[in-house]
Amino acid sequence: MSVIRTIELIPHERFELQQHRSTSAWPHLYRLLDQVNDPEIPVISIWEMGILQNVVLGTTESNQTQVTVTITPTYSGCPAMQQISEDVKTTLANAGYPNVIVKQQLSPPWTTDWMTPRTKKQLRSYGIAPPEDQSCPQCGSKDITTISEFGSTACKAQLRCNTCLEPFDHFKAI
Amino acid sequence: MSKMQADTQITDVAEYALALGDDALVLGQRLCEWCADAPLLEEDIAIANVGLDYLGRARMLLQYAGETLGQSEDELAFLRDAPGFRNLLMVELPRGDFAFSQVRHYLLDEFESLFFAGLKQSSDPTLAGIAAKTDKEVRYHLRRSTQWMRRLAMGTQESHDRTQKALDELWGYVAEFFILTEIEERLLADNISVDRRNLEPQFKTSVGTLFDEIGLIQPSDDWKVVGGRLGQHTEHLGPMLGEMQFMQRTYPGLEW
Repeated sequence: MSVIRTIELIPHERFELQQHRSTSAWPHLYRLLDQVNDPEIPVISIWEMGILQNVVLGTTESNQTQVTVTITPTYSGCPAMQQISEDVKTTLANAGYPNVIVKQQLSPPWTTDWMTPRTKKQLRSYGIAPPEDQSCPQCGSKDITTISEFGSTACKAQLRCNTCLEPFDHFKAI
Repeated sequence: MSKMQADTQITDVAEYALALGDDALVLGQRLCEWCADAPLLEEDIAIANVGLDYLGRARMLLQYAGETLGQSEDELAFLRDAPGFRNLLMVELPRGDFAFSQVRHYLLDEFESLFFAGLKQSSDPTLAGIAAKTDKEVRYHLRRSTQWMRRLAMGTQESHDRTQKALDELWGYVAEFFILTEIEERLLADNISVDRRNLEPQFKTSVGTLFDEIGLIQPSDDWKVVGGRLGQHTEHLGPMLGEMQFMQRTYPGLEW
């Protein structure tokens, strides 16, 4: 019997992001920031979401250690950005880096393609249907009605399963 | 380019960003007026979320404009008087009934889907970056507002009539979408701005096709109201700003 294994592909930009991290001179800073989760989806870190773009350790003019963290918004009006910035600062401050600058970067624009297949699985088990897969996270049915194009947050639509009748959030592909 | 020309261009880009930011800010505010007042709960959430997209866009554009103009995004949003605003007149009209708000949204979404696709190509990297972000969101907005156009125009007689009435009342404000300002004309030379005049035929085709399909009559072009880009506003902007700016005006420098 032949076994066919599916190799999960990741998008090129996500690959670049991961390459960038793996060659970073400050892997411990990335690891610290793995503790910062998306406040709207507490099971997924900002790194896994593709929100965390860059971490750089430097010094200020007065020779103080300074960490510069670059994040990108998922949606332009995303109110979570403020919370994420504060969480990043708190996490680094608690680890001995009180001097933190959080920068927002718009380009290239965030895309759901930056989520890894693993992240999408986590979304589903949390009860949110991931992008490109609208089947019901409760029962797996594909018989779905759209309730609203915008759900609890701008990044999600609200759907309902016609089989088990449960409403659920769907992370929109963008 | 001489120093003077370069300075003019920097100011022009800021003014351009300001006008686009004002479009987003004022419409965002109008949309958020539906919060807790929409016809159904899901729509309440949806409309507020779309409003948030607009406020997010406004922040990006006003921050960018403010770098040159020497003012913060908050100062630009909360401490400017009505004549200082450069938004299109359509966005400042009171929200009206649900049909009015949705028809306005649909018209703007059709326009913006063309406009931001163009601005993505801008030679100004910041504007291009904002446009790339916005363009993705506009496609969602358009999908939603098109669905509402269908539901409203093909729903009951009442919803159809209100939709047609809204379209009749709004149509004269469409002309302003396609008027190129002097600033935009200067910025065209370096591929910074979008030539909005070129977008009209495609816009008219897109909306015309939908109107035919859902039984709406495209109003005639025999009246138009313009002037927003010059700071000449309707009587509606002042009261809206009065509410929006109240906290900052009353407690200057207030922070949450």
